[in-house]
This record gives sequence, structure tokens and C-alpha cells, in this order.
Amino acid sequence: MNKLKSPSDLEKLRKDILTKRDPKRLAISVCVSTGCQALGAQKVLEAFKEEIRKHGLKGEVDIKETGCLGFCEKGPRVVIYPEEVFYFQVKPTDVPEIVSKTLINNEIVERLLYTDPTTGETTRHLSEIPFYKYQNRLLLGNNNKIDPKEIKDYIALGGYAALAKVLFQMTPEQVLEEIRKSKLRGRGGGGFPTHRKWESTRNAPGEPKYVIVNCDEGDPGAFMNRALMEGNPHSILEGLIIGAYAIGSHEGFNYVRQEYPLAVENMEIAIKQAENIGLLGKDILGSGFDFEVKLHRGAGAFVSGESSALMTAIEGNVGEPRPKYVHTSEKGIWGKPSTLNNVETWANIPLIINNGAEWFASIGTAGSTGTKIFALAGKVNNTGLVEVPMGLTLRDIIYKVGGGIRNRKKFKGVQTGGPSGGVIPEQYLDSPVDFDELKKLGSMMGSGGMIVMDEDTCMVELARYFVNFLCDESCGKCVPCREGLKQARKILNGIVAGKGEEEDIKTLGEIAEVTSVSSLCALGTTSANPLLTTLRYFKDEYEAHIYEKRCPALMCKELISYYINPEKCQACMICFRNCPVDAVIGEKREIHVIDQSKCIKCGSCYDLCPPKFEAVTIMSGEPVPPPIPKEERLVKRVRKENPD
Amino acid sequence: MIVDRIDEIISKYKNEEGVLIQLLLDIQREFSWIPKKAIKRISDTLKIPVSQIYRVASFYTALNLTKRGRHLIRVCVGTACYVRGGPRILDSIERILGVKDGETTSDEKFTLETVNCLGCCALGPVIEVDGQYHGKLSSANVEKIISGYS
Repeated sequence: MNKLKSPSDLEKLRKDILTKRDPKRLAISVCVSTGCQALGAQKVLEAFKEEIRKHGLKGEVDIKETGCLGFCEKGPRVVIYPEEVFYFQVKPTDVPEIVSKTLINNEIVERLLYTDPTTGETTRHLSEIPFYKYQNRLLLGNNNKIDPKEIKDYIALGGYAALAKVLFQMTPEQVLEEIRKSKLRGRGGGGFPTHRKWESTRNAPGEPKYVIVNCDEGDPGAFMNRALMEGNPHSILEGLIIGAYAIGSHEGFNYVRQEYPLAVENMEIAIKQAENIGLLGKDILGSGFDFEVKLHRGAGAFVSGESSALMTAIEGNVGEPRPKYVHTSEKGIWGKPSTLNNVETWANIPLIINNGAEWFASIGTAGSTGTKIFALAGKVNNTGLVEVPMGLTLRDIIYKVGGGIRNRKKFKGVQTGGPSGGVIPEQYLDSPVDFDELKKLGSMMGSGGMIVMDEDTCMVELARYFVNFLCDESCGKCVPCREGLKQARKILNGIVAGKGEEEDIKTLGEIAEVTSVSSLCALGTTSANPLLTTLRYFKDEYEAHIYEKRCPALMCKELISYYINPEKCQACMICFRNCPVDAVIGEKREIHVIDQSKCIKCGSCYDLCPPKFEAVTIMSGEPVPPPIPKEERLVKRVRKENPD
Repeated sequence: MIVDRIDEIISKYKNEEGVLIQLLLDIQREFSWIPKKAIKRISDTLKIPVSQIYRVASFYTALNLTKRGRHLIRVCVGTACYVRGGPRILDSIERILGVKDGETTSDEKFTLETVNCLGCCALGPVIEVDGQYHGKLSSANVEKIISGYS
């Protein structure tokens, strides 16, 4: 392809692409992002290729491999065009039927449509599915229309038009002003106003200046950056080039964690393709503006997501933060002014330029504009990526979009912001979700992880989990974070093991306070949030562990026992056969008993006991009843005996 | 042989700044660990002190200084997998293989690692074996998955 030398070249290319495309043409789009891959999307894709070849339809049907639409719960996801029929949970064995019915005869395969779990009605189109109905998918919406390995798909949808507009119709100052008016705030965690970062780098002395995409996404439980980078890499690149123009930078970095191989691959391809047609490199679109991007793979360290740490990592060193008396926006990579923004922040930029700052600011709340992508996960029915306007309540996100709690359990709390955030209990479910409201509750937006927990999650154990995680990931440079977390971990390990002491709660509170005010970087100062919020909202659980040696959620191994109820046991031998340590004593027709001295509390018996019996129970805080005498163990069957 | 391959990888990064992590990731990808030889070669060729290479290699979780088994099992212990029972999956695998997190079985067949998040939170608990994901696991079905690898 020739290099584009002007905005009209770009427009001409777009029109060429569109005229060559027949909107009535048959096409199949299969989500091949990591989530659907894990559910077997690759086999579905291959089955489609094979089936199309068999029917001699090769050349008549397009097969598109696209990115994530967010509804990971129901993957693998397939869309059939031009009718735009959405099929979920497609297996390779369903493919022949889809091809012969939907593709050839335009009939619907009912069982693969989305079925509403409450009404039982099926839905053909995306907009009618409750999971999508309340979303406003400005950023993720194009993921099913784009093959991320094909720049033409992005251009066909008007891609790079914002870049052309900026380069030829706007001065860098006007771009900055537009971003200021949009009130866009950084999506990586802190919510710092984007235009202020940009301005600070622009005005800082020193050349060259750098712009950086942060796709480290080390927050366990968040994957929205991955979905954007895998599914629509050009939207991020376009935003980055616009930012570089506004800031006066000619060199950028794309920092992607290597745990996301597909994101690395798609971004590498995107950069090459953009270079090939003159959207990156020298004299972009003939404007005289030069900009190049390098991809840097992150080697896996939570702390490297922090801006100063990430920049030292790009320099090739150990990614540790440094004191930020001088902001990285003024002195970043190699001591030069550097602006680092999250993937999602960059992806918002083309939208703001195309639609105007007023439009963007009209979405969301006064202080937090636009949409935010959340990774909704945990004990909720519809897990996946959710993009909603800022300000929607937690209740709406969890119950309307998320479809409520799994298995009709009771909601206990929602953890937002990853290890730097906190747990929000039921009484605050009606709080609107934006940067400032979450902070008021002691949590934070973070990058948008949202983990829902039900009555079976122990809050003390959860705090221990986060403290343990942060302890492992603490780079060790400053004392409060390194030593404080270590001590907190020791105390929490004691509490969950039934060795908690009276003063533990007070000590934990003190440690949390010190780390939160005196750590070096933001990861250290926020590391106390999981501890502080669980202590604030779930103190009773700490007390039950310490004073009664009881785990109310029946989760802490050392405080629970598995017990087979002799009234319910049908001597089916399933738990007997599956116990990995032979702790189940029993025979055919003889009620099973757990030898508590051998039991390792793996829970296999509990998981495998048939739901119609429900004989295995978990106990905590009370002694396990002694096993019934051997002579009384003959089972009284509920159902009729087989004649054999 | 190995040295030739190492030199080949190093040569890609000559005359560039800040390449150490990228270089080590490439070595890791090629050999699935960072052999001592490689550290020596990098130090000699690029004039980077051995101590600095060790510091970087031991800081990042993606870089390994010990040899690994033929199959790599990565158990996700991210928050979403955690609340859905990830720790019990890890317990089961540790029990089945007889090794702990970070260790390799004595027959060099499996290396067991935990990972902070694989980004498939909707499918938790998840494990990844040699790049292939297995989701919605229970302690009852991990044994079957592991026995499928030889």
C-alpha cells in the first residue's frame, strides 16, 4: 500500500475500502480474544473454515477474527452478518448447523441465542440483552467489527480521522484546550486530569519528550486494557499520536505486560501497519509531524505499573519507583519530560476530538466524565467487561448489568480498585461509581477491577490475600511498605489460623495508618486500603475469628471441619473414592465418616456429594460430633433398593 | 550451539539503550530460563555488570534463573479466581505433583508457578498449561487435565 500523504488520501482510502465492501455480504465474526480462546474459540474458528470449504462457500463468506465484546461468561461468541445474529457458547459441533441453517438458509439456531434466565425468552441482537442494555460502549463497541490485525477495518469505521483533524485543523494548544474542556481524567487509577499531565510535559524544559502507553495492568482481576489492546489497538495508537502532537513529542513507548502475548502481537502488527501507510514515522499524512513508537514488554512486576517505576523499566532497569518531588511529567525516562497514560485514557482521545469536548463532558458525572470499563468478576452471574457511563450505581452495575449474585447467594461486598482499593459493603450499594465517590468510601476506582463477593467469602481471609499479594510485590525500597505489610501479613496469618489475639485489630489499624501516610509511592500508600476497609466494615468477622475461633464464611481452613451428616448420607461411595488422603471411612451401604485427624480440608467431598443428598457440611466454631458407632452405620436408603 | 543462539539474540540489541529486560525476555522465551552462560555472554558483549543482570533477572517474575520442566503449569491466583476457589486448585495441583509453587518435579516433567492474573477472570478458577487455558475448574477435574500431559 502506498503511503498516505494528506487527509484526503486517508478519506479516499476509507471510501475505497467501503465501496469494495458489500454490506449484504455473508460474514462470520468469531471472538478470538484470550477469554473466548480459553473456552475453545480457536476450534470453533477452524470448524467454520472447514465447514465453509466443505460447502464450497470459500470466497463467498468472510471469516473475521475479532476482539472481546465483554460477555466472557457466555463465550465463545460468534456473530453472523449481515443479519447480525449473535450466538453464544458455541461449540465446534454446533458449527455445521450454523452454516447450513443460518448462513445458507437464513434460519436461526434458537438454542444458541441468548436466553434470558428469568423470562426464558431468546434474543437475537446485542442491544436487547440486559447485560448490554445498560452499557454505553464507546470504547469497546467496535471490537466485534474490527479484525485487530487489519488496519483497513479501523479506517473503514472512520479511524485516524481524528488524527487528520488534529494535524491539519488544530494547533497543539487547541488540542490541549479540547482535552481540558472534556474533563478527561486518567483511567489507570488515580484519576489525575489528563490535560494537566500533558501541559506539564509540554511546558517542561528538556528534549526529547516522551509519551507512554501503560498496559502493565498488574491489578489481579482487571483485563479491560488487554481487551482494548487485543481488540482495537489502533484506537490506542491514534490517541497516542494525537497526544504526542499536543505535547510536542516525537517518540513514544508502548509498555505491554508479556503475560498478554496476544496484546503484544496485535500491537506490534498495528504499529507496523500504521508505519507502512504513513500514519506513524516521518511526516505523518504529509503534515510535517514526525512520531515513532517502540513496544516494550513488561516482565511481570505489580509495582512496574507505577509511573516512575514503569519508566525505569523502560530504561532497562529494575522497575522500582522513585520519590516524586519532581513529577515524571517533567523528569521521566532518562530524566526527560514524559507523559504516561493508561490504555483506556489514550483510547478516549480520538472520541473526544471527533465528537467534541462538550459531548464527552455530557456523559457521566460533573467530576468524572465519559465512560469507564469495569472488569466485573467474582460471584456475579454475568462476568465480563462492562462499559458504563460514570455515575451509575454499584447496584445497577452488579444487579442490572451483572444479573445479580450467583446461585441466589447473599451479596456481601464488592472490591473495587484491585489491591489498592477497598471492599464496599451492602449499605453503600446505591453510591454512584466515580473517582470521588469511591474514594469517600475508602476505596478507589483503580483501573476498574470490580470483584463481587457473596456470603461465602471471608473478609479476613480476603484482607490476608491482598496483604500477602502486596507483600510479595512490594519492591522493598521504602520501609513502611516493606516492613509494615510483612508485619500485617504475620498477624493476619495468625488470625485466619485461629491464633488471633485481642490486640491484633488495634495493631493492624496502626500499621495500616503508618503505611498509608509514609510510603514512597502510591502503591504503598494505598496498600492499606483493603485492610482499612475490611476493618471498618467487617470488624465483626475479625472478632469472630479472634474470640470465637470461628470463620463465619466457612472459608478459613484452620477454623473449619468437614462433617458427613449420618441422617443424610446414602453411602454412595463418591466421597470415599475421591478423598485424596483416604480420610473417608465407609463401605457400600455403610454411612461414611470423616477421620478428622487425616482430613486435609481440600473440600473434594463437599464438592462431589450429590446435591440431592447434601450430606457433607462445613462446621466452624463448634466441635464436630463424634462418629456414630460402627453397628449403627447401616444406611437407610431414601429411594428403593435395586433388586441386585 | 547454545552460545551461538545466545549471541544471535544479543546481536539484535547491540547499540541500543535500555534493552536488558527485552533481551532477557527473548532468552527466556528461547530456553524457558536464563542460563548462566547467557548472563556471562550478555555481560561480556554489552558491557553490563553481571550483578546488574542478576538484579533484573531476579526482580521480575517472568524471568527464571533455574531450569524448568517440560510443561509449565501456571495457576492464576488473581482476585477473581481467588474468590472462586483458586487456592484450592493450587492445593490440589501441589498435592498431585508433590511440588510447591515455583518448583519443578524431580522427573523434570512439570514446573508449577502461580501468576497474579491471566485476565480470564470470567472463567475462574483458571490454569494455563503450556499456553493453553483451562477454565471453570474444580479440584475434582484438575487431576484429569494434568494426566493429559506426558
